[in-house]
Amino acid sequence: MTSDPIKLTIDGQEFTVPAGSTLLDAAKEAGKDVPTICYHEHCTSYGLCRVCVVEVEGQRLLTPACVAEAEDGMIVHTRNKRVERSRRTILEMLNASVDLTEAPEIVEQLHDYQADSDRFSGGWQREQPVIDDNPMFIRDYSQCVLCWRCVQVCAEDAQYTFAINFSGRGCETNISTFFDKGLTDSTCVFCGQCVGVCPTGALKPKREWLLERGHSQDEILQMTHTDRRKKKRRQERPYQTGQMK
Amino acid sequence: MVTSETNRVVRTTCPYCGVGCGLDLHIQDDYIYRVTSDFNNVVNQGNLCVKGRFGYDYIYSDRRITTPLMRRNPQKPGQRTQAFERSEWSEVSWETALDYVAERLVDIYERDGSDALSVYCCAKASNEDNYLLQKLFRALFRTNNVDHCTRLCHAGSVVALQMALGSAAMSNTASEVIKTDCFIVTGSNAPENHPIIALQMKAAVKQHGSQLIVIDPRKLELCDYAALWLPLKPGTNVPVFTAMAHVIINERLFDNAFIDNRTSGFDEFSKSVQQFTPEYAETISGVDRNLIVEAARMYAKAERGAIYWGMGISQLAHGTASALGLVHLALLTGHIGREGTGLNPLRGQNNVQGASDMGCMPYHYPGYMEVTKPENAAKWEKAWNLPTGSLSLEKGLTTTEILSNVHPDGVRALFVMGENPMMTEPNLNVTRQHMQDLELLIAQDLFINESGAYADVFLPATSWAEKDGTFTNTDRRVQRVRKAIEPRGYVRSDWKIICDLARRVEQRMGHTHSAYWDYDSPEEIMLEMASVVPEYHGVTYDRIDKIGLQTPVLSQDHPGTPYLFTDTFPSGRGKFFPLQYVPAVEQPDDEYPFILTTGRLLEHWHGGTMTRNSSLSQLYPEAHVDVHPVDAARSGLDNGNAVRVSSRRGKVILRARITEKTTPGVVFISMHFAEAAANLLTIDALDPQAKIPEFKACAVKMERVSEDTLPNPDVRLERGRW
Repeated sequence: MTSDPIKLTIDGQEFTVPAGSTLLDAAKEAGKDVPTICYHEHCTSYGLCRVCVVEVEGQRLLTPACVAEAEDGMIVHTRNKRVERSRRTILEMLNASVDLTEAPEIVEQLHDYQADSDRFSGGWQREQPVIDDNPMFIRDYSQCVLCWRCVQVCAEDAQYTFAINFSGRGCETNISTFFDKGLTDSTCVFCGQCVGVCPTGALKPKREWLLERGHSQDEILQMTHTDRRKKKRRQERPYQTGQMK
Repeated sequence: MVTSETNRVVRTTCPYCGVGCGLDLHIQDDYIYRVTSDFNNVVNQGNLCVKGRFGYDYIYSDRRITTPLMRRNPQKPGQRTQAFERSEWSEVSWETALDYVAERLVDIYERDGSDALSVYCCAKASNEDNYLLQKLFRALFRTNNVDHCTRLCHAGSVVALQMALGSAAMSNTASEVIKTDCFIVTGSNAPENHPIIALQMKAAVKQHGSQLIVIDPRKLELCDYAALWLPLKPGTNVPVFTAMAHVIINERLFDNAFIDNRTSGFDEFSKSVQQFTPEYAETISGVDRNLIVEAARMYAKAERGAIYWGMGISQLAHGTASALGLVHLALLTGHIGREGTGLNPLRGQNNVQGASDMGCMPYHYPGYMEVTKPENAAKWEKAWNLPTGSLSLEKGLTTTEILSNVHPDGVRALFVMGENPMMTEPNLNVTRQHMQDLELLIAQDLFINESGAYADVFLPATSWAEKDGTFTNTDRRVQRVRKAIEPRGYVRSDWKIICDLARRVEQRMGHTHSAYWDYDSPEEIMLEMASVVPEYHGVTYDRIDKIGLQTPVLSQDHPGTPYLFTDTFPSGRGKFFPLQYVPAVEQPDDEYPFILTTGRLLEHWHGGTMTRNSSLSQLYPEAHVDVHPVDAARSGLDNGNAVRVSSRRGKVILRARITEKTTPGVVFISMHFAEAAANLLTIDALDPQAKIPEFKACAVKMERVSEDTLPNPDVRLERGRW
């Protein structure tokens, strides 16, 4: 890799960017808005969601901007017809299968790309019960877009805990613990780095979740605490009862 | 999704460990429902641990005390009792409570003089709170009986660093660990106690090619990342570190130029280490001699080597010697004064560095100015409008000495701000006796903890989320704490309580000149302190609004100091001190065959006042004794059995956890659980220089007992955490 700056053409204009820049960096430098979903500034990029694709002249396929490095002489189109169609299709498929109501950035993209909410409607949907297996945060995988950020920060991008990963294939792909055990039985240390990078409402602090369900502060306190001074106690802790409505 | 118009975000600093992570509190209707962190934060890069992200809800606890309280039954020395029930207290107005406290303090001062009064400042409170509390006791009661829990935590390290280098703080920025070639972590369980620094340590090994050496009696999580693990017996640090020095000297791996230019006492030291052969160290510590040799070579040959340590070094009756052993390694190899090197004691609490900087210690004014020097007293007499000769030139008592001096001719009154000595002092049965013998005890806290329960008056203070101020983190970074929610009930900021009390004391004592207590804001307090303390001269709220500054910040345009000792040490040359091996005071024997070592858990924090009142207690509800499978088999113990652990001083009953996290012959109990308080067992032997107790080694025995003798038989930790 040369350390010389790189010259490339973005949407008809020539730009110079530092060596090692990705096309996403270059587009940002050029003031072009390239949408992203799985990309996070502080995670390793893997180009999973493909919503950041751009067209590079001479390349057969569209190129994911978050992982592709800028090269000298590239001619890049960040939003032509082909790119738009690809992004729109991705967004329409996501919208049809996942509950995106708590993903404002993706909802904005749906509007921006005039995604047709009926195009794939009626197909398979990601529907799963909320997992409430610990006192700290809930997991609502019906809102999961499989961006993989949570898995990355649980692994080498931050925590080195490796409590969660993909499980299943195709539509059945999910984020899960080893053998689908509860988080308290996994290696999870409840740092919540995963909650911090989740782009949708799939991972959420328990207190926020209860607040949204209309519980008062006092109720939330009761639902997340048991009094330790009582020597003998039999009441079950709410999070052990699994589903809490 | 919470999207109401009332939703707001307040940026502040975490109230837990010394890492000092930045927090963004997401608030609706004064309720903090989510905590995030800025991914561009220089300290934690957006990462948090379970305490910082989820463990703040103690502020909403219904056990929180929100009105001033006074005991219904007046307490007498020797007959003082613990009152946990609210029925044993009367709710009173702030006027009544503060008038009473001022009257009692002044009465005792006028009757018995300065030595009868004492105060525990607080490593959890802000710099401003701590500065004012020591000002109150020094300026108005002329006593240096001012200390805080640094005495129980890093006093050994502080004294050692001051003796050898003339400065007592982490020399380098924590995140520089990724720039080291080799680093030693010893006596520190960083992934549990400094979780975010531990992430940087793991990244250093996995992504930046650093080599890690772990020297610890327990097989901690970091051992998975280590090139070498030296499993030493608790209390044998000095022979191991000095044997490493022996190898470095005899194999001529030291930095000759550095030793010539920057150190003194090398010749005498190098003679003194000759007895500390790796073979000798092996017989004492149980560490294979080859591991010692290899570790010494790896550290000495690295281009940039650093040492990080925790309580396992300092909490020993030879804690100072232990820390000096590490200082020697850095001085021999020149691994100090450069980026990615250094001597780095990891401070345990959010503001323990700050409370020490603020002079909450019996030998020092703010800025580590010795109290015995008249010129220092003169500086503060000027700052506090006091006549010349007002301040005491005598060293005060340390935390541990304050309690052991409670008797009719000694200490009569103790003011405790936010600490919990009834959990954190060694040998609690004796501490209990001392607490009961006090004539006056004032507690200023959020909850009635095990110590506050003994108090005559309880002053309810704001939590970190309800006040403004600053914390200084482990790598000397002064950061802002911001008021995020309205104070609960009638609680008041610590600094306001102290000022109100001080004005009453001055009035009662008939002072004509006030030492000044009419601050408008914590910012004004910081300005007063910073005008006298050179290290804080350049620290202003404006400058630390976005990113904290690392002290020393010598002037308004000084950029702060990421790493210390570039050209020189504050003491001039770094000094070598020949060391002796002194065994731990209590050795295992036939009757008490195991060594008990104590420490902390990821989910809890110190005396537990905060975490045991938060949802962290749901996640980790009960105490354990960690027992190695070999010892478990020998003692007939299975995982989860109820066990009575006894020492010569006390006993606790708790569940056994059979784990290879500890080593044969060594058992571990965390210090957080009042119902099975590890410190009932620990020994109150003190380091002669630092006065720090030997929390890390005492002899115990274990017997299996029936389940129903457990304090809470129904509570089980149903978790498979490593």
